[in-house]
Amino acid sequence: MAESRSAILGRISQALGHEATADAPAVVQRVNEHARGPQPQWAEAPRERFLAKLTKVAGTYVEIASDAEIVQTVSDYLAAQNLPHRLVVAPHPLLAKVIWPEGWDVASRRAQGDDRISLAVAFCGIAETGSLMLLSGPDSPTTLNFLPDDFLCLLPTGRIVPRMEDAWALLRAERGGPPRATNLITGPSRTADVEQTIQLGAHGPRRLHVLLIAA
Amino acid sequence: MKPTTAAFSDNAHRALHDAVLQQALAKAGVGFVDKRRAALSDLPEFAALREAGRAIKDHTLANLNHYLLRFEQQVAANGGQVHWAETPEEACAAVLDICQRAGAKMIAKGKSMVGEEIAVNDALEAAGFEVVETDLGEYIIQIAHEPPSHIIAPAVHKTRAQIAKLFEDLHHHPGLTRPLETVPQIVDEARQILRDKFLSADVGITGANFLIAETGSTVIVTNEGNGDLSATLPRVHIALASIEKVVPTLEDASVLLRLLARSATGQEITSYTTFFTGPRRADDADGPEQFHVVLVDNGRSRMLGGAYHEMLRCIRCGACLNHCPVYSAVGGHAYGWVYPGPMGAVLTPLMVGLDEGRPLPNASTLCGRCEEVCPMSIPLPKLLREHRRQEFERKLAAPRSRWALAAWAFCARRPSLYRWATRFGVSLLNTLSGGRGRFRSLPLAQAWTAARDLPAPQGDTFMAQWQRRKPHG
Amino acid sequence: MRVALFVTCLVDLFRPSVGFATVRLLERLGAEVVVPPEQTCCGQPAYNNGDFETARAIARQAITAFDGFEHVVVPSGSCAGMLIKHYPELFRDEPETLAQAQSLAARTRELSVFLAEFGGEQIIDAHFSGKVAMHDSCSSRRELGILAAPRALLNKVEGAEPVELQEAETCCGFGGTFCVKYPDISARMVSDKAAAVIASGADVLVSGDLGCLMNIAGRLRRMDSTVRVYHLAELLADMTDVAAIGEGDKT
Repeated sequence: MAESRSAILGRISQALGHEATADAPAVVQRVNEHARGPQPQWAEAPRERFLAKLTKVAGTYVEIASDAEIVQTVSDYLAAQNLPHRLVVAPHPLLAKVIWPEGWDVASRRAQGDDRISLAVAFCGIAETGSLMLLSGPDSPTTLNFLPDDFLCLLPTGRIVPRMEDAWALLRAERGGPPRATNLITGPSRTADVEQTIQLGAHGPRRLHVLLIAA
Repeated sequence: MKPTTAAFSDNAHRALHDAVLQQALAKAGVGFVDKRRAALSDLPEFAALREAGRAIKDHTLANLNHYLLRFEQQVAANGGQVHWAETPEEACAAVLDICQRAGAKMIAKGKSMVGEEIAVNDALEAAGFEVVETDLGEYIIQIAHEPPSHIIAPAVHKTRAQIAKLFEDLHHHPGLTRPLETVPQIVDEARQILRDKFLSADVGITGANFLIAETGSTVIVTNEGNGDLSATLPRVHIALASIEKVVPTLEDASVLLRLLARSATGQEITSYTTFFTGPRRADDADGPEQFHVVLVDNGRSRMLGGAYHEMLRCIRCGACLNHCPVYSAVGGHAYGWVYPGPMGAVLTPLMVGLDEGRPLPNASTLCGRCEEVCPMSIPLPKLLREHRRQEFERKLAAPRSRWALAAWAFCARRPSLYRWATRFGVSLLNTLSGGRGRFRSLPLAQAWTAARDLPAPQGDTFMAQWQRRKPHG
Repeated sequence: MRVALFVTCLVDLFRPSVGFATVRLLERLGAEVVVPPEQTCCGQPAYNNGDFETARAIARQAITAFDGFEHVVVPSGSCAGMLIKHYPELFRDEPETLAQAQSLAARTRELSVFLAEFGGEQIIDAHFSGKVAMHDSCSSRRELGILAAPRALLNKVEGAEPVELQEAETCCGFGGTFCVKYPDISARMVSDKAAAVIASGADVLVSGDLGCLMNIAGRLRRMDSTVRVYHLAELLADMTDVAAIGEGDKT
């Protein structure tokens, strides 16, 4: 493998006329500057755009004033979907104060194959495309985002940023760099592989429901 | 995958007469074209993004060795491992080695075109592993034992009825809907069947739409979530990627992502765009224990700085396929290998050899629609013509066509001879047409007259008539 | 002004009336039309079949033949495209010839572009009753960006009712030797194009490219369609009394 590596790099170096160095000035400069390309523009405020785009990709949402309303919101959702009171939630600080009702089966862990509904917390929302950015971590297991049929996600309104690049800036500022998995999630899972007919719930969640929490 | 590219003409002929295929293609073509058009009309910045995307790729290719080193460094810093493979065999060997060391039995696969290119499934199965394609389109063709016919929608050539039959014949779990008829039923069944595979797979293999040098991340752009499940649930994640997939920064990836989804499916962004950055961290609640990136060269380093350099800008969006009248008429399988359409016509001869691949660059009118819609401004007609130039130099074309062109060239370089020969030729043809103005059939012109009349010449050449009118020019 | 006419081999061989229509239009503009006798072909067949050496030889011949003319007019988008876009490409590595090729490219115009540039709209004095569909060759559309000029000129033809074709951006399937190398794919493409022409309700189809026109007309005739096919120059020059493409005196 070491030979392949030098053969490949050698051929590239020969074609380009310079040897390879990971800290070549051109590379260092571009990486450090991480300049943005053309930025799409629009008229609406980030929150408006986020909600419009989310809806367009078949995501749903509800607006709540505080984490005191989470239980009721989830209860309403379960009733509407005719689901039992059994869910898996992210071990996240924003959910820490939630007191789940007696008799509910609420696990605070990563998701498993038979989990039907999950509740996680987004790192931020991206208005441009109505996307949620979720970062893997101890308080945010990735499996919560993909295994269950219903994926509920808490998003503080103040965490809606305009564009993907703004999300990267926030990520670098708060975390230094990306975690093991950075998910940009835009609506439920879908496929068009059968006669180009869009069908939701291919392998990931069939439904995405955002709990937009003030502040 | 053994190419059948040399049989393109026959493949195409069969495809044109395959009523079910034609039905499927008709539906697909219009959809992709319309969706892309709608997406572009919603984004005034598209032209600027296209310019920026090209600049990013040009810069990266001009510094490819640096960026690959930087990428490798970052992957290692994150606890992952990069493997370098010059050839498909080496790439498969690297994958096999990882799977064997992990004691794997079953492998869940996300869609990877470079995986098709290196035929990794065949290698894994030959070594005794069970491989399950998890992207619905890939799963369908896997169980149909067919190659993909489109780089974004691999089963685009299949009708709903065909897919339902495949599922009914193969899936025998209790409780499945029978008969299987509607799209929701089919997708639900796939979800059910494949869910078990995700949960029990030992290794997940995905492709990578981009590699980020800044962070050592691999990016997948999907709608189903199968790629994410394949990369997250098993204890080992292998990302297969060709060397030109690297881009410098997260911001550069953002520019290209805006171009990719719109050009491919007309979406602003896919349901899932994920950046994988290393294996599970100490405090992660889930994720793979091992993260491997297999970098595949397979001739790309030789394209760098050469006549086909611009092809390295390709981001595998499939827009060229969707807008190509030849692809729309014959579908992807006729091209006989992994990559169809205009991008396949450029890449295939480079990867399987010009002897085998030479029908593809010839099966084009060079209409230029592909270049027009390519988000990376790749001059596809120019590259196709370059294949034709090499084919001519190596005298690969059939003797009859080489002779015919040589005869034409001989005359065209000698104006007096040309004048005489053309006057003779048109006079003869005009006489043969007997005033009818066209030929329903004509010896030596069967290829034309099989489907259309050949308009007859008016009788004398313009140059001869002009000479008579204005003898001094 | 003196204008050199590059008549193109298809016009020269198959339909000189297009050449004469072109001459009439140019003379109406007040030009003195010269037809350099050393022209044969633009070299496109050789070029598109990979024989760049022959293409260069023919190109040098054309460059010499058209040397000294301030204006070179070509009644074909694909041949004009060859001169304007591809001659400079062919001589990328020969600085001297490259300069000559660039000079020729700068002086060359496809016919409708030339007419539009030099006040052609004013000199159109043509009448044609009926629906007229315009086909844009891929070369015109994509190599030369020609869409508006021919339509502006067509609008001056009294009685002509322009109609646009569905799927206008899709190639007609001619592609030079493509149509005989891959006849069944080409047949499919031209069938689709002919169907679009018929569906448009057009009485007449015009284009600035004779290759496309012969291809589509051949298919329309085979389908026994009554749509008549002319070169745009013939319509603009009011010279449609000649038999349409693919039609004869005894049909």
